[in-house]
Amino acid sequence: MDAINQSILTLILLVPLAGALLVAVLPDRAKLPNWIALLTTLASFVLTLHLPIHFVLGQSGFQYEINRPWIESPVISYHVGVDGLSLWLVVLTGLLGPVGIIASWSAIAERRKVFYSLFLVQQTAMVGVFISLDLMLYYGFWELSLVPMAILIAMYGRKDGPKAALKFFLFTFIPSAPLLVAILWLYARTGSFDFATLQILIAHGNLPAAAMCWVAFAFLFAFAVKVPVFPLHGWLADTFSEAPVALAMVVAGKLGLYSMLRFHVGLFPVQARAAAPYLIALAVIGILYGACLALVQRDFWRLMAFAALSHLSLITLAIYGLTFTGWTGAIYQILNHGTVDAALFLLLGALEVRYGTSQINAYGGLAAKLPRAATFFVIATLAMIGLPMLNGFVGEFLILSSTFTGVSRSWTIAATLGVILGAAYMLWLVQRLFYGAESKLIASRPADDLHFREWVVLAPLTVLMLVMGLAPSIWTNSIQTGIHPPDLKGSAALPPSVLQISIHGEVQR
Amino acid sequence: MNAIFYLWLIPLLPFAGFLFNGLLGRYLPKWLVTTVALLAPLAAFSMVLQISLGLSANQGALAALPFVHTCPFPWISVAALHIDFSFVLDQLSLVMLLVVTGVGFLIHIYSVGYMAHEEGYSRYFSYLNLFLFFMTVLVLAGNALLMFVGWEGVGLASYLLIGFYFQKDSGANAGKKAFIVNRIGDFGFLIGIFLLLANFGTLTFSEIAAKLASNPAWQGGVLTTIALCLLLGACGKSAQLPLYIWLPDAMEGPTPVSALIHAATMVTAGVYMIARTHVLFDHAPFALGVVAVIGAATALFAATIGLVQNDIKRVLAYSTISQLGYMFLGCGVAAYSAAIFHLMTHAFFKALLFLAAGSVIHAIGGEQDLRKMGGLWKKLPITFAVTTVGVLAIAGFFPFAGFFSKDAILYAAFVQGGSGRVLWFVGLLTALLTSFYMFRLWYLAFMGKPRSEGIHPHESPISMLGPLVILALLSIGGGWIGIERFAAYLSPSTGELHMESAIPHLELILSAVAVLVALLGWFIADQLYCRKPARPAQMAAALPGSYRLLANKYYVDEFYGATVVKPLLNISKYVLGWVVDVGILGGAAWLLAGIATFTGAILQRWQSGNLRSYAAWLAAGAAAVLLFVLVPWTTVWPVSMDLIGKVARH
Amino acid sequence: MNSILSQEVPISWYLMLSAVLFSLGVLGFLIKRNLITVFMSIELMLNAVNLSFVTFAHQWHQVRGQIFVFFVMMVAAAEAAVGLAIIIAVFRARATLAVDRIDLMKL
Repeated sequence: MDAINQSILTLILLVPLAGALLVAVLPDRAKLPNWIALLTTLASFVLTLHLPIHFVLGQSGFQYEINRPWIESPVISYHVGVDGLSLWLVVLTGLLGPVGIIASWSAIAERRKVFYSLFLVQQTAMVGVFISLDLMLYYGFWELSLVPMAILIAMYGRKDGPKAALKFFLFTFIPSAPLLVAILWLYARTGSFDFATLQILIAHGNLPAAAMCWVAFAFLFAFAVKVPVFPLHGWLADTFSEAPVALAMVVAGKLGLYSMLRFHVGLFPVQARAAAPYLIALAVIGILYGACLALVQRDFWRLMAFAALSHLSLITLAIYGLTFTGWTGAIYQILNHGTVDAALFLLLGALEVRYGTSQINAYGGLAAKLPRAATFFVIATLAMIGLPMLNGFVGEFLILSSTFTGVSRSWTIAATLGVILGAAYMLWLVQRLFYGAESKLIASRPADDLHFREWVVLAPLTVLMLVMGLAPSIWTNSIQTGIHPPDLKGSAALPPSVLQISIHGEVQR
Repeated sequence: MNAIFYLWLIPLLPFAGFLFNGLLGRYLPKWLVTTVALLAPLAAFSMVLQISLGLSANQGALAALPFVHTCPFPWISVAALHIDFSFVLDQLSLVMLLVVTGVGFLIHIYSVGYMAHEEGYSRYFSYLNLFLFFMTVLVLAGNALLMFVGWEGVGLASYLLIGFYFQKDSGANAGKKAFIVNRIGDFGFLIGIFLLLANFGTLTFSEIAAKLASNPAWQGGVLTTIALCLLLGACGKSAQLPLYIWLPDAMEGPTPVSALIHAATMVTAGVYMIARTHVLFDHAPFALGVVAVIGAATALFAATIGLVQNDIKRVLAYSTISQLGYMFLGCGVAAYSAAIFHLMTHAFFKALLFLAAGSVIHAIGGEQDLRKMGGLWKKLPITFAVTTVGVLAIAGFFPFAGFFSKDAILYAAFVQGGSGRVLWFVGLLTALLTSFYMFRLWYLAFMGKPRSEGIHPHESPISMLGPLVILALLSIGGGWIGIERFAAYLSPSTGELHMESAIPHLELILSAVAVLVALLGWFIADQLYCRKPARPAQMAAALPGSYRLLANKYYVDEFYGATVVKPLLNISKYVLGWVVDVGILGGAAWLLAGIATFTGAILQRWQSGNLRSYAAWLAAGAAAVLLFVLVPWTTVWPVSMDLIGKVARH
Repeated sequence: MNSILSQEVPISWYLMLSAVLFSLGVLGFLIKRNLITVFMSIELMLNAVNLSFVTFAHQWHQVRGQIFVFFVMMVAAAEAAVGLAIIIAVFRARATLAVDRIDLMKL
């Protein structure tokens, strides 16, 4: 067992890469690439499940850690490990692998080898982002996660792929350059790329404050674009409406949010605290702004994009609320958002394959024809708008209640309004797609309800939503172990307020 | 077995029914669907009945209430935030459970007949079971967040059932409207929960009450804010001003749903919530006053709209809003037990009226317009009889159930004195209007001559008539227990009811006045709709403005549409969508791209493509580097500056 | 009396020669229009550099400079092979070797 624990993370990284190689080498015949990709992602999902099963609760610090020197000069090591923050995100990435393959199963008909190998490379890159503890390694995976995405959007876009890909590429690559500069600057000053070392050095060291501001800002900027945070969301709607479903599921949110939590707030607590009021404001604006714009979209992918902006802003709010409960809620909500969006995207993708359009007003009255699709869609919608007993509610409650008690009442009230009214655009979408009389388009096609491979994915996702809504402790217990940054505790460089908030949560009455 | 220890089964039984019918119902024979769908509420109801009988037989056990059942696994447990699945059984939740499961079970039976020929039979029953699950969770919830679970959940069930005929746009629209308007209320509830958490550090009702009891001087202030937030939630769920607009539209659902959810149980959740959190309201007199005013205003407002509606279900819907206003009025004068009393009797007679209306609609082939009915009493004798009971009960005639409960609320308002008298008067006026429009309905539907050709009314099947008869009996005898005994029973949960008055025989006098007023309403209806059927049209013609105002429900929907919905959509689309997103943010992105393109266009000329020009630049560059490296600038510079200085001086 | 022949040639002479050759190469590169001549000018520059490498190697009694010359010669040979192949390809495609007219890289 120890041997497995010692190598599990490397395995999780390598399995998709091996699959990608296999897909690239073997011929594109009779769904062979699909099957290889599916089996690979399933295998890597099973491997990720090893992590939570053998995770030691209550042990702070990183687990399954591997730290091998890689390059002597500059000192870069292959340092990976997971803690409460990243544990479930790795599992989520593993889970979304097969889901993405299923979503692409019939949607991707040409050049499948390219698609599936790049998709698998993307899986590796995302896992790499979550487990890297060496900044250079992290940066490599971060960039690697952008490349396949841009290529796939360009090659498999719906109408205007190259343009959307260029937009995505520019929006996400340009901020990565300052990030690299900032990482190198830190190395020049401290001689280390190692996360834990840097954390201590930054907390205790005498790095120039003004420069640190810029460094922290470079980190923040790169992450904020990737999340995205209002007003940097320009790429989101185009990417959602062009990207293949499997990629739209994963493009926004978790990478940026996790990086914020780990590498911005985690490395630069002082600067993050200074930036927090602005980010809270932007997050709340993003919640309301996304909700308002989602109301008036005519294309369901664009609607989902603004909905995502709204929901991701809520998580940003939680991160910069800098409360213990809020952070737990933030990670939990990333998981929720991942599962719920996966289900919704899978369904919308299925609709688009069947009816050939993403214009909402072309639909109507689908519920009678595709009752299973309608049922799953409604459940996922309810989870998304935060119906109690489904997962979205727990995350939203943790975030909003902690922000309310620990940060700011007025901002929370505004955010709550946005969250609550999220029901409006989602239910309207449900109504326009599924209810009412059958539209011409719907009537002209034969009924073709969910196929076996579709509902076999959706059913577990739905059960997961319910379980996550009823027994969140399964997840939050391990998440919380990641929210005790040990180096913050003894640090004298931090203002006591940060310490108190980040360690004791919001209960300071 | 003592059912009280299996409290958690009460919600879970309907949930099991929901899962069973929801997942498998489509593939199963109808009888099996029906059996499961009926067994779930029956089992829940018999458990509640057993508990209540057991308690009433054992005074010691009754005194030991509230009984708390907490799931060993917490729901949410993060840092100091700890929320359990905890169910509380006390007198209040017991009464409420009896109503919910009892009336719920009757309506399940009724639905078997009513929905027999509908598409989506199993879907219907699974939703109905789901509703019972959430409603029982709401009632049993031991903390505010669990109550919120039930609260949103019944909203969900309501959404699904209103939109049951989802192929109709009106049905789907009504469902969506109900959910969203309710969500506005839920927003208030949620903020209230956050405030509770921030100020009490707990959401458990009993702990909040204990903290308040240990600190009796704590009045108003943040408590008022909390109470008002909760009130907003209650207004949404219980269709009070200004959030009542969803309830009339909710009549798009099947009629048994209107009876169960939109008359008897779910819409009373707001009243129940106020009663459950009454300690907060007791410490916030201002909020309590707002409750009373909203209740009285809604009661009168909805009653006036009810006067001129022609859809039989809409009349009943507005009467529901109006009656809920009474309950709020009762809560507002701190007569919580009177409000719950009215809640209970109202559940009986309003469910009865709705189901009877359903029976009428069923009998004449789906027609809901009162103007096309008439003379039905001969064809539908049983329906007619039970409707008469319902009308007498809601109008407040002695000795029907409505008389006792409405009387209790009005009396409680009157003895408050001062502004209470105004509230009492508004209530009395509402009673007059109620009596009038209910008898109007009665006359139009059952009396006179049939006003439509070619319909062949037939009495409903026994599965529909059985519940009607039982509800009719309850509507007659449901109030005989009397407010004193009822209040005494509830007092551990809702506090003592203080209704002493200095004036002798006041209660008797007020009761007499109320009955007289009800008689007056009947008399007017009799005059207008029986003896002089042409008069209503003449009156409408004589007062076209006020008639149109009432018939169009004060244009409230249009007002909200013009002030909230339209601006929101337009601002989102034009200001945010076009100006901000495309214009400013898109423009900024384009500006950056433009700068890059422009710079590129200039620098591009450098790239002539001519090999020799590249080489020349290369050579020039090399020369420049050489110059830079070879010339000792550090020495040349000061010397040359020195020279320039000297030249300048001469 | 030392005859001029018995004396070593001063190092500066070699360097001068190298510089002159290099400058001729640069000039040829810039002035000539024929691609082959341009190519030969490059070779001239490389050899000019080789000369100075050998000079310094001799001056400092170190073998590194001479090793470097071998590198350069190898690169030059490879370059000649590839370069001439490209030139032939260009000539086939465009029927000219005038440098001014080969401007495909222009944007």
